[in-house]
Amino acid sequence: MGRTLAQKVWDDHVVRHAEGEPDLLFIDLHLLHEVTSPQAFDGLRKAGRPVRRTDLTIATEDHNTPTLDIDKPIADPVSRTQLETLRKNCAEFGVRLHPLGDVEQGVVHVVGPQLGLTQPGTTVVCGDSHTSTHGAFGALAFGIGTSQVEHVLATQTLPMGAFKTMAVTVNGELPEGVTAKDLILAIIAKIGTGGGQGYVIEYRGEAIEKLSMESRMTICNMSIEAGARAGMIAPDETTFNYIQGRAHAPEGADWDAAVAYWKTLKTDDDAVFDKEVVIEGAELAPFVTWGTNPGQGAPLSSAVPDPASYEDASEKLAAEKALEYMGLTAGQKLRDIKVDTVFVGSCTNGRIEDLRNAAAVIDGRQVADGVRMLVVPGSVRVALQAVEEGLDKVFTAAGAEWRHAGCSMCLGMNPDQLAPGERSASTSNRNFEGRQGKGGRTHLVSPQVAAATAVTGHLASPADLTDVTELAGV
Amino acid sequence: MEAFTKHTGRAVPLRRSNVDTDQIIPAHWLKKVTRDGFEDGLFEAWRKDPEFVLNKPERQGASVLVAGPDFGTGSSREHAVWALQNFGFKTVISSRFADIFRGNSLKNGLLTVVIDQTVVDRLWELTEADPTAEITVDLEDRQVRAEGVTADFDLDENARWRLLNGLDDISITLRNEPDIAAYEASRPAFKPRTLQA
Ligand code: SF4
Repeated sequence: MGRTLAQKVWDDHVVRHAEGEPDLLFIDLHLLHEVTSPQAFDGLRKAGRPVRRTDLTIATEDHNTPTLDIDKPIADPVSRTQLETLRKNCAEFGVRLHPLGDVEQGVVHVVGPQLGLTQPGTTVVCGDSHTSTHGAFGALAFGIGTSQVEHVLATQTLPMGAFKTMAVTVNGELPEGVTAKDLILAIIAKIGTGGGQGYVIEYRGEAIEKLSMESRMTICNMSIEAGARAGMIAPDETTFNYIQGRAHAPEGADWDAAVAYWKTLKTDDDAVFDKEVVIEGAELAPFVTWGTNPGQGAPLSSAVPDPASYEDASEKLAAEKALEYMGLTAGQKLRDIKVDTVFVGSCTNGRIEDLRNAAAVIDGRQVADGVRMLVVPGSVRVALQAVEEGLDKVFTAAGAEWRHAGCSMCLGMNPDQLAPGERSASTSNRNFEGRQGKGGRTHLVSPQVAAATAVTGHLASPADLTDVTELAGV
Repeated sequence: MEAFTKHTGRAVPLRRSNVDTDQIIPAHWLKKVTRDGFEDGLFEAWRKDPEFVLNKPERQGASVLVAGPDFGTGSSREHAVWALQNFGFKTVISSRFADIFRGNSLKNGLLTVVIDQTVVDRLWELTEADPTAEITVDLEDRQVRAEGVTADFDLDENARWRLLNGLDDISITLRNEPDIAAYEASRPAFKPRTLQA
């Protein structure tokens, strides 16, 4: 019987297989950041162990970094300590680090691909749940805990239990104005936040093949929000073109050998998935969340659902609680929801394509009165590229704030937070209670919807904007 | 990690059930960046009371915690185990532990002994009456011994082997070092490296 893409990558990394034990997998790339690594390094120090493969390890600062005044000392003592500890640990153990202020600094999941380190058929781990992002290249990429971080630092391997495979096939084409973010939100709403548990999801089908690498990363990034262990997309010409010429891309004969191998990384025709989900791309529309988990979403054109309409008792209860926390009422039109803040950024939608898309919508328009819009590039490279294209000017001319790269309001570990009761439209990946600040209310949206929302002051898609300009012209 | 074969020490009788990990080490301690220095956070809220058993002069230097049922429930934080170890506990005896806490403790070399509540009661009475009374936890014989008490306990063979030999996950993997080295030798040259050669 044929094998799936995930099985092929897995098989190519088995260091040791023994009956009744988890396979020991070799790890090709280990990404580190300041939040989940300190105790791992401390564990190494206590045991007198070195980092086995510093040449397969790289660190960046992202979760705690400020997006304003980055040349000033960091005010919050906890954030400062975490960053200082990472710097000390990387120096002591010989790990390459891109600290705040460095040209390669940024959100860890933006940095890996942009350096060309994330490649098809590799195993990638990071002490961070959104490591699934790297699966967009046909890599097997898992988020891990701190004790596993220590294990990988010490051994460059990880014992891993078997997984199941799920195919999510998206047929046809996405309609104009429908983005990868809308698609993944719709997928999560369909399979549920626990629907992917134990699975590695492979996204496939015509609509997926047509997506850019940036969009593929948006899709794989949020696999974890469906509970999946990882998400993957088979590598193709789009993938190869993205990698070629990047700092760590193979060159010369190595490039040819790599591409020859990468081309074998597809699910065999006779392979069988444990579960299959099919989605018709043409039926999709801009999608937003109304609740407090990423599965509680609906098309922008619809209304806040009535909890009574849920048959499942726990879903019904979850919907009731979500509406209470979000300050929404059943039946309210999603387009009528007013926001205070718009956040464009994160490892979900903080890449150059996302900034271009948001800028195109807001170009020549203004952020609505009383709304603050934060634009936070995913990395310094993304920021530089955006400046070169003049996107920063487009945002600031519209009244948005153009910030320094980092995780920022995606989780509010730095000063970028929502105040209690404040409502945001955010291009990030989690709308959990308090995620963007205590008492903050988050609606997950695409960059295009974020920009349109900033202009109107309520949840909106770019298609709604023509009316606004017309009205303004009357 | 430190091997555990047999330990003898004075005890702290903790007559409370359902002690959750937030009581063992409150959340604000999780901001620390090391694995040690958690001793002052251990049972922090209760330690504000001078009458709390851990604060009594006669309990200083005790290394065996005899706890009530359902010890270690709640959040999965490994820091709870570190806090107990940093304080000086080598072993915790209870009639029932929360699963994740137990897993974390055995991974870190803190022996959690599951034993009948009647035995826990006897150990409490003994050590409350005589704070100098010692308890022996013998992993080789899988037995708890104290004056007038001899009780056997169970522990799965794999966990016992690891504790007896002081093997953590990493040392177990490193026993397969030749496999790792062989794999590394066969990796294709085109695989990415973070450091330029
Ligand atoms: S941008 Fe958000 S989701 Fe991504 S790594 Fe940072 S905090 Fe995590």
